[in-house]
Amino acid sequence: MGVETKLGNMGVVTTTLEKVVNWSRTRAMWPMLFGLACCAIEMMAAQSADYDMSRFGMELMRASPRQSDLMIVAGRVTRKMAPVLRRLYDQMPEPKWVVAMGDCCSCGGVFNNYAVVPGVDEIVPVDVYVAGCPPRPEALIHGILTLHEKVKGEKLKDYA
Amino acid sequence: MSELDLAIAMLQEKLGEAVLSVESFRGETTVKIRPESIVEACTLLRDFEACPFNFLAALTAVDYFPEEPRFAVVYQLYSLPQRVFLRLKARVPSDHAEVATIEGVFPNANWHEREVFDMFGVRFLGHSDPRRILMPQDWEGHPLRKDYPLGYEEVQFSFNFDEIDRRKPYAKE
Repeated sequence: MGVETKLGNMGVVTTTLEKVVNWSRTRAMWPMLFGLACCAIEMMAAQSADYDMSRFGMELMRASPRQSDLMIVAGRVTRKMAPVLRRLYDQMPEPKWVVAMGDCCSCGGVFNNYAVVPGVDEIVPVDVYVAGCPPRPEALIHGILTLHEKVKGEKLKDYA
Repeated sequence: MSELDLAIAMLQEKLGEAVLSVESFRGETTVKIRPESIVEACTLLRDFEACPFNFLAALTAVDYFPEEPRFAVVYQLYSLPQRVFLRLKARVPSDHAEVATIEGVFPNANWHEREVFDMFGVRFLGHSDPRRILMPQDWEGHPLRKDYPLGYEEVQFSFNFDEIDRRKPYAKE
């Protein structure tokens, strides 16, 4: 909103600016360590040497929400953990994205009981869902690349 | 007589009426006692020199709905020197689901009793920290009771996908 109203629709300048900004956002997106359950093992496997995620820019995982852009919710979210998850999501600075990794945070997975929240999209808005129980590291990387495609399609007027 | 039998004989002698029955099945011994004398029983068993039951292995409960007395609080004691298990069961009714805490006898009972309170609603008198441990603090209901609903929400198949999609509380930002 700000840039467009100030510069006006300058056509090729804003589209190039958009492309550059989105490209740079995808190239160095640092995930936040949010491995809750079994999917965390696959996330660790995806980060480590065999299926390297740092070749896609995710060089390291920050434990602090203040220093991360991407929250990979890996594993089932219990009802007691839900407010904590929301608070950490609120503490992340813009721009931020959420990947729901695995079945339990996408839809509740195999659980339908008092303890597990059926789908983390009831708590935070999710950008990409990765299916699997647990998803293979290659599936997670595919999810990350889908997120990159989504970020590359974002428009300047949505965030500036 | 084995050490376990000595311990049970001591318990019957000291508590008398409070010991309701002693059963043994496939090597596992269960002693049913009255809930009022549970603290005394645990203290006696812990301090018995021939076979000291100095380890509380488990503290859970069973819901026998709709039979009365409804809950059975189960204490699994283990004797580390003699390597024997002993189970104590205390039945409590549903309208008066209270047992004295054995936190003074076995300190690790603190969390076990909090879990039994959270899941079954059995209150422990004299407990130093009587709050829920697994569910959120403001949760209503006790999940592992027999009259608590089993599932949580309707499963979203393809044929009812859209109607559940409309009702589901998605987070917007």
